[in-house]
Amino acid sequence: MTDLFTPPKVGRRMFMVWRRNRDAWYKFYKASMVGNVAEPIFFLLAFGLGLSRFISDIDGVPYIEYIAPGLMAASAMNASSFECTFGSFTRMSTQKTYDAIMVTPVNIEEVAAGDILWGATKGLLSAVIILVVLFAAGLVGSVWLIAAPPVFLLEGVMFASMGLIVTAFAPSYDYYAYYFSLVISPMFFFSGIFFPLSTLPGWVRDVAWFTPLAHVVNLSRAFSTGDVPVSLLGDLAWMLVFTAVTSWLAIKFIKRRLVK
Amino acid sequence: MREVVIKAAGLFKEYSGFPAVKGIDFEVVKGECFGFLGPNGAGKTTTMNMVQGYSPLSGGSLTVFGMDIGRDPRKIKARIGVVPQENNLDPDLSVIENLRVYARYFDIPRDEALRRAATLLDFVALAEKKDEHVMKLSGGMKRRLMVARALINDPELIVLDEPTTGLDPQARHVLWQKLKGLKKEGRTMVLTTHYMEDATQLCDRLVIMDNGKILDEGSPDELIKRHVRGYVVELTPGEGGPDMVNKCLEGLDYEYEVSGDTMYIFTDDTEPVLSNASCFMADGFVHRKSTLEDVFLRLTGRGLRE
Repeated sequence: MTDLFTPPKVGRRMFMVWRRNRDAWYKFYKASMVGNVAEPIFFLLAFGLGLSRFISDIDGVPYIEYIAPGLMAASAMNASSFECTFGSFTRMSTQKTYDAIMVTPVNIEEVAAGDILWGATKGLLSAVIILVVLFAAGLVGSVWLIAAPPVFLLEGVMFASMGLIVTAFAPSYDYYAYYFSLVISPMFFFSGIFFPLSTLPGWVRDVAWFTPLAHVVNLSRAFSTGDVPVSLLGDLAWMLVFTAVTSWLAIKFIKRRLVK
Repeated sequence: MREVVIKAAGLFKEYSGFPAVKGIDFEVVKGECFGFLGPNGAGKTTTMNMVQGYSPLSGGSLTVFGMDIGRDPRKIKARIGVVPQENNLDPDLSVIENLRVYARYFDIPRDEALRRAATLLDFVALAEKKDEHVMKLSGGMKRRLMVARALINDPELIVLDEPTTGLDPQARHVLWQKLKGLKKEGRTMVLTTHYMEDATQLCDRLVIMDNGKILDEGSPDELIKRHVRGYVVELTPGEGGPDMVNKCLEGLDYEYEVSGDTMYIFTDDTEPVLSNASCFMADGFVHRKSTLEDVFLRLTGRGLRE
């Protein structure tokens, strides 16, 4: 039985696992990046251009500009989640890559931590590429944007950890359908990307406060517009606490699954 | 000087209440090849998993290189090379990259890793395949690459779990040659197998395991002498059945076993048995030297396991 409360033994060797994933990714990074980047761009075009004929602006911001910051956050969420669900499951169960590493001086905690870091990196990369595209298109433009990448990295760690927790319990790939349909997709639609949560009934807002993506969207939107209220510290603190808990649990649950 | 590399005392392992290894003791000495023989489910792989620091013990003690496996797993793992039962090469990487990336887990610098990888690929005759995708390799090549990967950290101890399973005879013989070469270099080897040929070819000493216990221990020759004498006469008894055979052989020094319609007669000298052949009227017989397989079947029984 794995003790949930003793600190995981994670050291510098987690970067060896990160580098293994990077090396593998490097072989087909084009295909991988096209997927991460194309989707939010299509969302932007479809919703931004398509709907903007009917929705002129929200809070004085043109609709396409309104949704742009949220799509960056969503893209990091998707990339990190995907990596630490389907990607990690493949490495863990199908390819037995985790097993191969576990008999070297790298331990299972570091394998899990390395996978989380890698998932976070994919999220960061995905969000930053979109950030560059949006910036070039003039849809975002504030000096505060330099604060955005660290937030996307934190977001990446958060969603990678959540994904890995699901992976620790997943009997097969099919299991992820629950997670994506019941957790990730609803979050995408109800985290304030497409409309302000203040338009929803009070209880929905209360629920939204508990969802990770809503906080990232707040931060991303503030950095994109340059309108940065102090309340953002609350969002950041929320993310930090939540990420600390989920990453801890992800490492513990993966260890529990693999160490027999 | 006798230097003990692995020492297990009362080694015990259970999986949610099911005991897979029931308190075994063994010692592996530096430079020898030590085998674990046993049918499926005997507890061989479980034992290997504990030696590799992959599975924690449920009880007993296990030291490798004089260090406790639970206390110093990293130091121990740095000096072991592992060839698991199932190939787990990295399918996302090429042959050479598999070695290079694996070397990283042992803190081997890149240049040194590439140098070692080149030597090892020569050793396992895969130098021409170095840029090949691992999924394109044949079963034998994959197994050889697994051996090369296990050697990347220049291990003092090599643990092989059923190294030859699924290989054709040619590939098996090549692998034996490679493993014998490693033994000559003074490396200690521990292997599990259910192929007697592997054990006879490679092992200096071995244990026969069944149901989580060690049944006996010794060199292949000692085990053969102890359990199945020097020779076997395998025969199909005639009308009188085994009883008739025993009657005909009265007074001779032999042991026997009956399985289906075959009778196995274990003896130090086949001559007296054969000279009585006309008496028991066998439907046919062969006589041959006893092998480890005879020992194995005598100790673990002839019934199907799974």
